[in-house]
Amino acid sequence: MKTKMSPNEYEKFIKDKVPKPKLFTNCLKAFVVGGLICDIGQFINNSLEGMKLNPEQVAAGTAIILVFLGAFFTGLGIYDKLGKFAGAGSIVPITGFSNSIVSPAMEFKREGYVFGVGARMFTIAGPVLVYGISTSVVIGIIHLLFFK
Amino acid sequence: MAQKRLGKQTIKLSNPPSMLAAAAVVGPKEGEGPLSAYFDMIQKDDYFGQDSWEKAESKFVEEAVKRAISKSGVSITAIDYMLAGDLLNQIISSSFAARNLEIPYLGVYGACSTMAESLSIGSMIIDGGYADHIICATSSHFSSAERQYRFPLEQGVQRPPYAQWTVTGSGATMLSATGNGPYITHVTTGKVVDFGIKDANNMGAAMAPAAVDTITAHFKETGRSPGYYDLIVTGDLATVGKEIALELLKKEGLDLQNNYNDCGCMIFDNIKQDTHSGGSGCGCSASVLNGYLFNQLKHCELNRILFVATGALLSPISAWQGESIPCIAHAVAIETKPSEVK
Repeated sequence: MKTKMSPNEYEKFIKDKVPKPKLFTNCLKAFVVGGLICDIGQFINNSLEGMKLNPEQVAAGTAIILVFLGAFFTGLGIYDKLGKFAGAGSIVPITGFSNSIVSPAMEFKREGYVFGVGARMFTIAGPVLVYGISTSVVIGIIHLLFFK
Repeated sequence: MAQKRLGKQTIKLSNPPSMLAAAAVVGPKEGEGPLSAYFDMIQKDDYFGQDSWEKAESKFVEEAVKRAISKSGVSITAIDYMLAGDLLNQIISSSFAARNLEIPYLGVYGACSTMAESLSIGSMIIDGGYADHIICATSSHFSSAERQYRFPLEQGVQRPPYAQWTVTGSGATMLSATGNGPYITHVTTGKVVDFGIKDANNMGAAMAPAAVDTITAHFKETGRSPGYYDLIVTGDLATVGKEIALELLKKEGLDLQNNYNDCGCMIFDNIKQDTHSGGSGCGCSASVLNGYLFNQLKHCELNRILFVATGALLSPISAWQGESIPCIAHAVAIETKPSEVK
């Protein structure tokens, strides 16, 4: 082949030939679905408040129920379809976090409970946990040093 | 130079092997596609009665090989070699299928170019007089490929519009030293080409230059022009890659506008079946060749085709390490009449 292109030149060459994701409609779908999931969360939150639980119990209860719902609909094979439609709208809420743990657990069950479920369960959520917890520790130290 | 070599990459087979029989076994989604009438078996259950995707894929290979053997009428004990490979780590689908067949086995790996690679090597072995019958096969499975290369099936992620859908299916060809064709007349072996694409979802764009490199070499070294073939068909560039390949070919001075297609564009109805850019995987070119194209050649609807299977030679590890995707394409010329000796 006579044509020689650097990676940058090739990138430019294919730019208008590779279809781009529909940014506006994808954002709109993410906004609507993400918003609805948050509405459900708010509804659960309000219901728990109505049961005279204290704020800490309400927050924990809401998270637990939402995580359960995320896992439940992943198990039913519905959450992946929702994710395909909504993108970040169903990934960002806590239900998406639940989906990212349950889906590899289901997928790798065939490799057994140790090397499959146990080892692979956090392949996607693991980095979120590692950096989430690390960040909270750093913020905690800053809080302790400067604001106590 | 060796007698049968036409150039750096191309050989002419002086005793062209005949494609005695071919079989394609596919999954349910492929069976709903436009080529459904041409497959030997459409398996409604994509687990194929097995308890893992890997075993299911292996079963697809076994079934395709058995069907090709039984259609050819050759006894299994008369087969000299089985050449097969697939996408799974250590090519387990093929090797596990070969475990049950008791045919001398050579595992090959060319990612999605494996069908053309196994046909190339098989043809050379037969032409060299080392075998009478060789079975060439390859496979892919949507679910086993997804779990190895991408995300768990149940994870809610959005695929970009240029992503491709891995074909669930397997194709097998029985090559023979004797027979009435179609014949494999020329083999052009590809070089590894890398234009620097790193996005593993953008396979079409990554593989297009490799296909163009091999097609250009084929025409240069055989002295043939694109018009010689009824159809020039690439493996799995899909809609995005096909368009890029056509542009690149034009830059090389080859106009394939009228007789070029891609198996990835043929196997699915992208809009109806939501397969985005189109099909991919070893099973894509294998099932289209051994299903649809073989049928067309047998009925002389097509008389000369250039089959160019394309492969992306990445691994999950190289992708995580941020490496670009090296690609390859192998071409075999298949003709209903052996071309005249020059």
